Amino acid sequence: MIETLVWTALALAVIGVYLSWTAGRLDRLHSRMDAARAALDAQLLRRASVVIEVAASGALDPASSIVLYEAAHAARQADEEHREVAESELSQALRAVFADAAQVEAVREAPGGEAAAEELAAAVRRVPMARRFHNDAVRAARALRRHRKVRWFRLAGHAPFPLAFEMDDEPPVDLADRP
Amino acid sequence: MKIGIVCPYSWDVPGGVQFHIRDLAEHLIRLGHEVSVLAPADDDTPLPPYVVSAGRAVPVPYNGSVARLNFGFLSAARVRRWLHEGVFDVIHIHEPASPSLGLLACWAAQGPIVATFHTSNPRSRAMIAAYPILQPALEKISARIAVSEYARRTLVEHLGGDAVVIPNGVDVDFFASAEPKAEWGGRTLGFIGRIDEPRKGLPVLMAAFPEIARECPDVRLLVAGRGDEEEAVASLPPELRSRVEFLGMVSDEDKARLLRSVDVYVAPNTGGESFGIILVEALSAGAAVLASDLDAFAQVLDQGAAGELFANEDAGALAAAAVALLRDPARRAELSARGSAHVRRFDWSTVGADILAVYETVTDGASAVAADERAPLRTRLGLTRDTSA
Repeated sequence: MIETLVWTALALAVIGVYLSWTAGRLDRLHSRMDAARAALDAQLLRRASVVIEVAASGALDPASSIVLYEAAHAARQADEEHREVAESELSQALRAVFADAAQVEAVREAPGGEAAAEELAAAVRRVPMARRFHNDAVRAARALRRHRKVRWFRLAGHAPFPLAFEMDDEPPVDLADRP
Repeated sequence: MKIGIVCPYSWDVPGGVQFHIRDLAEHLIRLGHEVSVLAPADDDTPLPPYVVSAGRAVPVPYNGSVARLNFGFLSAARVRRWLHEGVFDVIHIHEPASPSLGLLACWAAQGPIVATFHTSNPRSRAMIAAYPILQPALEKISARIAVSEYARRTLVEHLGGDAVVIPNGVDVDFFASAEPKAEWGGRTLGFIGRIDEPRKGLPVLMAAFPEIARECPDVRLLVAGRGDEEEAVASLPPELRSRVEFLGMVSDEDKARLLRSVDVYVAPNTGGESFGIILVEALSAGAAVLASDLDAFAQVLDQGAAGELFANEDAGALAAAAVALLRDPARRAELSARGSAHVRRFDWSTVGADILAVYETVTDGASAVAADERAPLRTRLGLTRDTSA
């Protein structure tokens, strides 16, 4: 009798430790995801700000400037629900405006344009990077959260189910590519 | 930025991953960052000031060959101490899926972790069995880097998730400015790699050589690399053996000079390559490159625009392509010019900037790397055992 009790207690303790370890794992994944999301936000905002700067600088023709400014402004103002679409539209606007290598040259030739073009190139290269890291974290968290042990014991608590950030982040070739 | 880099393989044994880490660390130090590399090394090997030894690697059979790996209490304790003393903003682990320091560091750390996957092994049963063991460690990695599109594909297939592609770096100017050596020039083919490793493809080149020699009677073949020279030429007709010159192991300087001197650099590798750094070095030196059409090689050579490709393991195709190149100086010059332009994207200035961009992305809004206090009990026990060393 006592023996059975001891074994049961032991088994429960082992299960308890395992569950607590899994909860720790999940917690770590959630914080990784939050950090990745913050980094993605930062990169998207940075891209929008540089685009607005370039558009306002007058280095490009007025039509291109307005297209860029509109798209960047919309991306910055978009609420959570429309963010993916607005950011994708900014990517498309950038590709349309910088489809011609001469446009990149035009920015470079403006006073202070070299630095602005560099910053813009860095921004459009980093957005896909940050997004990939974010979605990778989301995938890892989802994989663990779908597991039986996590669902049955409600280890995730009230944390919302993680969602990937889906957008078109293809950078303009002439801007992002190196010689 | 304070950067910690973890090297999985012995620092005292030369290898692609070790060279990559050495060049990366030195590049980052030149840019003013604080870098510390944790690597397995014998305690009496002289190490550069930025390398910290994690103890001697133990040879064990792993993945079909004998690998030198680090594991056990002592190594785990050293990893934890290194993390504790370093207070890094980011740690960069190489080959985190191999059972060595990389995996231990993944276990022991928390915070911004970047990992580079170098190899592209075909899916093995051991990998499938190891998946549940690896996953809790690998899911701590905030950013994954694959060295080629091919390596990224295998990574996605094996472990799920995604990675950004950043190629290995090369100091392009070091190769571009090397002094050609007259005795290595004039109708020469070059080959660099282990002679006795069939995957490096020397047997394919040897099978093609009689045909090449028939068409171009004054051609010579220069071979640099370790291995049994007698055995390598055994398949050649005796009168051709004098046309093959073995240079043995060459220094970095001689490698650059060799690549500058030869007419055509041949890379007949038959598989197992995930990147092909030697092709980048040959392109940097301005050599015309002829390579087998492996996925990784085709990518480095811009699908054939920066160098000629031939059907893998096809000695006839290799011979035909080599003869055509040897006879056509204009084509060689064209390839050389296009290669020199193409190779700029592999220069450390570019590759280093991309890697730094990854570091900055993962450290944005994250705290520094620390030892993971949730690590399992035995790792913590390991710490208490290693108070003297």
